[in-house]
Amino acid sequence: MATAEPMIEINDLWKAFGALQVLKGISLDVPGGSAVALIGPSGAGKSTLLRCINLLEQPDRGRVRVGDQTIDCAGAKLPDDKQLAGFRARTGMVFQLFNLFPHMTAVENVSAGPRFVKKMQPNEAKDMAMAFLAKVGLADKANAYPSHLSGGQQQRVAIARALAMSPEVILFDEVTSALDPELVGEVLEVIRELAEEGMTMVLVTHEMVFAHEVATSVAFMSDGAIVEMGPPSEVMVRPQNSRTQAFLARFHSFTRTFAAVGS
Amino acid sequence: MTGVTYNWDFSFLWMYRWLLLKGIGFTVLYTVGSIIFGLILGLLVGVLRLSKSWFVNLPLIAYIEAFRCTPLLVQIIWFYYAFPVLVGLDMPAVVAGMLVLSLYTGAFYAEIFRGGVISMERGQWDAARAIGMRYVQVLRRVILPQAVKRMIAPFINQSIIQLKNTSLVSTIAVSELLYQGQLITSATYRPLETYTTVALIYFAILFPLTLGAQVVERRLQKSN
Repeated sequence: MATAEPMIEINDLWKAFGALQVLKGISLDVPGGSAVALIGPSGAGKSTLLRCINLLEQPDRGRVRVGDQTIDCAGAKLPDDKQLAGFRARTGMVFQLFNLFPHMTAVENVSAGPRFVKKMQPNEAKDMAMAFLAKVGLADKANAYPSHLSGGQQQRVAIARALAMSPEVILFDEVTSALDPELVGEVLEVIRELAEEGMTMVLVTHEMVFAHEVATSVAFMSDGAIVEMGPPSEVMVRPQNSRTQAFLARFHSFTRTFAAVGS
Repeated sequence: MTGVTYNWDFSFLWMYRWLLLKGIGFTVLYTVGSIIFGLILGLLVGVLRLSKSWFVNLPLIAYIEAFRCTPLLVQIIWFYYAFPVLVGLDMPAVVAGMLVLSLYTGAFYAEIFRGGVISMERGQWDAARAIGMRYVQVLRRVILPQAVKRMIAPFINQSIIQLKNTSLVSTIAVSELLYQGQLITSATYRPLETYTTVALIYFAILFPLTLGAQVVERRLQKSN
């Protein structure tokens, strides 16, 4: 059940890169245990919004709350390194290009956060990391270096690395876009399981079928704003906004499929 | 007839073997010493150069460019003759020589270090920050272990050049190898044999080091 207080609360978020205004006053609530999919054309600001949620990008203006931590970007003073690190430690993120640490084995990648950030004992951190590798089905690859893993396996290690910090939410940034088609399934399967277990998540994705299936709500973004938001059965099947309609028309074979299934 | 017949005779140099040996000793000492001091300086300056503050960066850039954009020979002469007048303290040639060589190579090391760090993909910073690492932890645990690999080859190259650079402090009468050669020449009037020998000694030291550097470079490439 979603509680009255959402897990993530974003208020009037603005972000510009130079002259380019990327986010134009985004507000978004993500209830605990829900999965929000951000869809929309490239350049709409989806990834920037995601990177603002864990403050990898510093918003110019606005407020971000995750759990009981709030960062207000209204003033001129930016939060310091320590504050930011503490904030991010409780917000997991998985990237399009995996970004595993190439000089560490799979298990070292996963245990890096607990060891170096949570200051856990090396043995404890390793046991914990092994458990998360097992969860993503890669216990047998614990001692492999990233360069010896397939893209799908690397991405599953990256998910385990995020999970090892016991985050309150996980942000997925186009995590299957760089994968060969035959490797997409194994990664989506892991995400689906997490969603079923009630992990709060925000996903930027171009996998429309997956978004329809897993997301509790879908937000369509265009030109730095959330244009339309609601359950996938509404936004993706009967979009109200003309820009959403135009975007989804490109996936029309898919919309037809779901219109058929939905009726 | 073209040219003059010259009777090459190296045997007289045997008399000066201790002088040459002392020269080799000084050359190695100056090389190793300036590499160590330069490395400490270069690491320090390189780390500070990563700062976003102009206040920190400007003086460091001034230092690096001053030493990279003027000839080392000019720097040595300036530090030996002009610098003491400027600050009003006397500096023996052996100190001035070591100081300039260290400052010079430190400027290059700083850029090698900074280059290695900034060549790392942004994704590595993102991933390390996303699990809550602080700036220094990201550097220590994620960026430096990878960047060091990229720094090793240019570091070795710079250090090999540095051994040759030490010959320039002969101009301020530091008794390294080339200076000893000059001494021997003025005593024997046989520059051809003397400088040939000096050149061969440099080569004999550097050639194996160069080969070693190539082996290291190949190994690093394989490990990537």
